[in-house]
Amino acid sequence: MPANSAGLVAKTFAVYAKDIRIEFRNRYATSVVLMFAVTTLAMISFSVGQASLDPQLLAALFWIALFFSAMAGLSAVFVREEESGTALTLRLKADPTAVFLGKLLFNFTLLALVTIVLTPLFFVMTDASTGQIWAFILVLLLGVIGLCSATTLIGAIIARAAFRGALFSVLSFPILIILLLMLVTATTRALAEQPIGEMLMELQGLVAYAVVMLTGSLLLFRFVWRE
Amino acid sequence: MWWQWVLFLAMGAMIVASFLTPAPQQQIGESSRIFYYHIPQAWLAVVAFATSMIYSIRYLRTRQLHLDDRGAIANALGLLFAILATVTGAIFAKVTWGTYWNWDPRQTSIFVLLLIYGAYFSLRGAVADEERRAAMSAVYSIFAFPPAVFLIFVFPRLTPSLHPSDTVLDENLKFSMTTDVASILFGSLVLFTVLYIWIFNLAARVYKLEAVRREDE
Amino acid sequence: MYRLTAKALAKRFGSRKVFSDISFEVGSGEVLAIVGPNGSGKSTLLMTLLGEYRPSKGEVIFSNDGSPLEEASVQATTSLVSPYLNLYDSLTAEENLVFFASVAGASVTGKTINGLLSRVGLEGRGADLVRAYSSGMKQRLKYALALMNGPEFLLLDEPTSNLDDQGKAIVYEIIEEYAGRAVVVIATNESEEQRFASQFCRLGG
Repeated sequence: MPANSAGLVAKTFAVYAKDIRIEFRNRYATSVVLMFAVTTLAMISFSVGQASLDPQLLAALFWIALFFSAMAGLSAVFVREEESGTALTLRLKADPTAVFLGKLLFNFTLLALVTIVLTPLFFVMTDASTGQIWAFILVLLLGVIGLCSATTLIGAIIARAAFRGALFSVLSFPILIILLLMLVTATTRALAEQPIGEMLMELQGLVAYAVVMLTGSLLLFRFVWRE
Repeated sequence: MWWQWVLFLAMGAMIVASFLTPAPQQQIGESSRIFYYHIPQAWLAVVAFATSMIYSIRYLRTRQLHLDDRGAIANALGLLFAILATVTGAIFAKVTWGTYWNWDPRQTSIFVLLLIYGAYFSLRGAVADEERRAAMSAVYSIFAFPPAVFLIFVFPRLTPSLHPSDTVLDENLKFSMTTDVASILFGSLVLFTVLYIWIFNLAARVYKLEAVRREDE
Repeated sequence: MYRLTAKALAKRFGSRKVFSDISFEVGSGEVLAIVGPNGSGKSTLLMTLLGEYRPSKGEVIFSNDGSPLEEASVQATTSLVSPYLNLYDSLTAEENLVFFASVAGASVTGKTINGLLSRVGLEGRGADLVRAYSSGMKQRLKYALALMNGPEFLLLDEPTSNLDDQGKAIVYEIIEEYAGRAVVVIATNESEEQRFASQFCRLGG
């Protein structure tokens, strides 16, 4: 059904463009998440001081900073709709799949932006060597995709519950642990300048994780949204 | 009621046998008797979580609240057995390796399982509307299942672990499965499973009666 | 012939029963008024009809010529005006309308939008942010959105809340027009609005 899928692309883009436009005018999520990322990073750098860290510890600290930033901001895209009372309007008018994909793209954009700001700062503050830079960037990309694919659905769930902020971390963390373990291992290898062939298993794992979580989200989203 | 007496007597016999027969694993010694309890507990936790996922799918298809009740009961029992397996595992670890907890891959994975299903109940507590609570927790239960399966079956095999192999036929820590050991372990598995089904059905009846009472009000 | 049917509908929040055993059938050209004191569940009933809440019992059927409509068709043919339904504050009125049209897979021309805005008395205000609107203007904009898809099912919750006399007149005109050809459901206590009703559904008391 090419006509249908072309329609889905247009509708997805409409949702994405709307969220980007609103974010651009208010900058709620962006400013909170960026400040959160920088604060976390500063705390890490401050407490570590001048000690030089081995790659594994660096990798773990880096992903902890990014994980908390994701927890601070990735539910906003749904919570905002519920709080402003526009979720009802959107539910009545919009195709659920387009809503999910649009929000997913928005979250990806937001987290990618945070990563782009955070990564150079991280290297400056911890004085780490960049190691295998292309492998590192590839792991970053897969990590951001993985984080978004698992947390966007959770964001939709918690938007319809009480205690939103805390619940988002509580529900996301156990699902993200596997991802974080793979990311830390792969990042360690990249920072330790191991050849990219050494991390093939982690890379495959990261791709598989994103595929499984995205498929699950697409199948389950309408049950969360239309409830 | 006869079968409950049979269950009672058989469990008593199994417990006695588990202490009077020679220890199942000579190398590990007396503490290996805990296998008779630890293995059924871990098995039932897996069964319960899988059961809950099936009820969750069925709820989303048919929207009958009693299926959601059953999903929640199965997860509660899964959580209970997972906690028991964690405790028995930690006791065994203390006796054998000198420490209760060392983030062995098995311990990591069961810890994360406890977090997942603990989170499931936090979510249930945070949604007031029954129908919405049912749908949200069903979605979470299904969504969290692939990571849970990965943690139970794949993750512990990827990383070196001190945990005696669960294939029971590991090269290094060979489980000397004599007929005695095999029959006690098998009996324990069956009896604990029957116990699980009994508790499950009782809890399902309680929920059903509560639902009836609510509607009469 | 479009038809909205409720069969033995009940909704319970925990142990609190909001309403129970609600049945009705409204066809195109008929107006159902849902009446009852504050807190009797009028809004909840509307939300349940729209699937925003899942009924504890019973079912809701949207149908056309006797065959039930699929979810996407219900979405395309239904509109709601309600205090619980909001538009995006940080978008302009026009951007809101364009967005909701495109996300439903429809395209809308500037002329249509201007026509809708002038119908509800908002001509010349389309480029203003909704944030800058008064509550009455927001209510008017909700009607522009509701009419955009040429609804076959029009559900109105407190249709004239926040409106001045001119606004009320516009709403009565709209109800009158749709009462002739669409399924209209109004949740209200105003006798002025009940006069359009061809049948009633009484809640509470």
